[in-house]
Amino acid sequence: MNGVYNYAFIDENTKREVRRSLLKAVAIPGYQVPFGSRELPIARGWGTGGLQITLAIVGPSDIVKVIDQGDDDSVNACNLRELIHDTTGVTTTTDTRRATLIQTRHRIPEEKLTDRQILVLQVPYPEPLRWVEPSERETRRMHAERDYSKLWVFLYEDIVRWGEITLSHRYPVMVNGRYVMDPTPIPRFDVPKLHRAETLFLFGAGREKRIYAIPPHTDVVPLQFEDYEFRVEDFDGRVCARCGQGGTYLTEVFDRETGEVSYYCSDTSYCLKRQKRNLGQSVEIGGSWYA
Amino acid sequence: MAYAAVRGGRKAIQEANRLLDYYRLKGGSVPIEVRQIRDQMRLAVDQVMGEGSLYDPDLAALALKQAEGDTLEAAFLLRAFRSTVPRNQYSLAVDTSRMRVIRRISAAFKDVPGGQFLGPTRDYTQRLLRFELMEETEERAREFLKKYVEGDEWKELEAQGTLDFPKMIDWLRAKGLLENPDAAEGQREPGPIDDITRRSIRFPASRSMRMQALARGETGALLAFAYSVARGYGAIHPTLGELRVGYVPVLVPHPLHSGEVVTIGEVLVTEAEVVARMRERTDRLQAKFSLGYGLCFGHNEIKAIAMAALDRAMVSENPQAPAEDEEFVLYHIDGIESSGFVAHWKLPHYVDFQAEMIRVRSIQRQRGPRA
Repeated sequence: MNGVYNYAFIDENTKREVRRSLLKAVAIPGYQVPFGSRELPIARGWGTGGLQITLAIVGPSDIVKVIDQGDDDSVNACNLRELIHDTTGVTTTTDTRRATLIQTRHRIPEEKLTDRQILVLQVPYPEPLRWVEPSERETRRMHAERDYSKLWVFLYEDIVRWGEITLSHRYPVMVNGRYVMDPTPIPRFDVPKLHRAETLFLFGAGREKRIYAIPPHTDVVPLQFEDYEFRVEDFDGRVCARCGQGGTYLTEVFDRETGEVSYYCSDTSYCLKRQKRNLGQSVEIGGSWYA
Repeated sequence: MAYAAVRGGRKAIQEANRLLDYYRLKGGSVPIEVRQIRDQMRLAVDQVMGEGSLYDPDLAALALKQAEGDTLEAAFLLRAFRSTVPRNQYSLAVDTSRMRVIRRISAAFKDVPGGQFLGPTRDYTQRLLRFELMEETEERAREFLKKYVEGDEWKELEAQGTLDFPKMIDWLRAKGLLENPDAAEGQREPGPIDDITRRSIRFPASRSMRMQALARGETGALLAFAYSVARGYGAIHPTLGELRVGYVPVLVPHPLHSGEVVTIGEVLVTEAEVVARMRERTDRLQAKFSLGYGLCFGHNEIKAIAMAALDRAMVSENPQAPAEDEEFVLYHIDGIESSGFVAHWKLPHYVDFQAEMIRVRSIQRQRGPRA
């Protein structure tokens, strides 16, 4: 632990302020609470919103996991995990089941999260209406008046133009029947996991200075039309080339020499567990979101 | 303390960090002293303090050393440091008429009351490389200093004591030539100021929010936006009423005795006041000038002037040009935020790009791939 800085880097008043904003966000699901986002020793746009939440709520007994693109081992995930560890001394893990606090960019783990875990998402764009309205002043009014007509028209026109809704990974959802929310970093594949989950989801947008939340057991419904229903990514029955598992979110890897395309689980921790189980080792794998 | 081993990323980061030190030191020259940067890279230090919004020349110099001279990166280091210290006090508004001026000019009036005072400026130098600086020795530097400080001009200046410069703007206002669109706001009870480092900006932004955002803004971004209003994307033709550089005292309320103030030090600032004619309005009979104001840490004239021009441009009720729109300006001038975001494109986007590919293929299936 780096003794030069305060526990969890940020000063105590600031952590308290972030926690107050979190309480408000939890009380009003899907509502974007403005907060005085601080600079951290990582760049704005690299997960400072998520990191401020993590640093504000992490306790000495927490076990922290950090994911980037589903991977615990990418440089940014390592960097964030190291920073959290260095400034708090808390235990870290790559095992989704062991973690009490998970900070993530772009993925919700394949193993189902429980009510004893908190998932913190790093958010680049908190505003679901930004597709249709550039002005912050105007989008705040639209949320206040529950005026989402522009967004519905946008989705409708998308279907007319392209035959389907083209949004891939910033798919707008209606939270608790009141606020339209951008679950922004995650692909469509992970959107259904937010619906009536047991886990608390916290969203932090550092550069845009907004915090929002989905409390457990909250309705989260993707915006869709009766004749054009929301669909998640389809991998055409492909399975992971490492663990043989289907039904997970896969990413393509293109082999420069052979020209072949392989598919691998983007959730590396889950994939490693599956590989171990295939080798006959005993591993505990969490439940499925869709069981 | 258990720290779960990770596979490759951590090692890669460690090696990259070591390489940074290697690249900084590989030339084999004597490591540059922080004090040298503070003294001799004066303007870089000032820019970093302004954009980092922390007045500390030593830490700014350290940040510059660590960042190998990258001012944006150095400002980022300062900003991050700010997050580790609590905010204990807000200083009182600085009275710039009490400035210990080192430079003061007016482009509006030749015979400005108090006179023009050039101070240290590069404005009138010929931009020729001074090759003798390649071989500047400590001895020569000392010799120059000794001669200069013992010279007659210096003594003359010292004898004058603190120079008194009345504010040109006050004179314009007294003559009834200056409209003050913020008069109503100025008369408001002094409440707690909006602090953008503690609350996110709301629109319409209060004047204190605007001033803070501009003062922390990246010099180059402010310059580009201010330039755009003057050369066609906007209708402001600013004249520099007054530009001052100097030291101002910083006062805070006494922590114990209410009503009393304590001077905690002084900071070097650059202040710019531009005047531009109001657009003719039907509801006003008189034509008047209006004011744009800029103030930033350190000696950074381009930034202060650009800030003042933008402050004036953003008064527009119906913004036509980007730089007249306060949301556009205030959301995009912060160098730490914009550089961080642009730099994040270097991070992997495997998951979302996968989602994007699936969507594109799906659309192609719907509509057939077109050549």
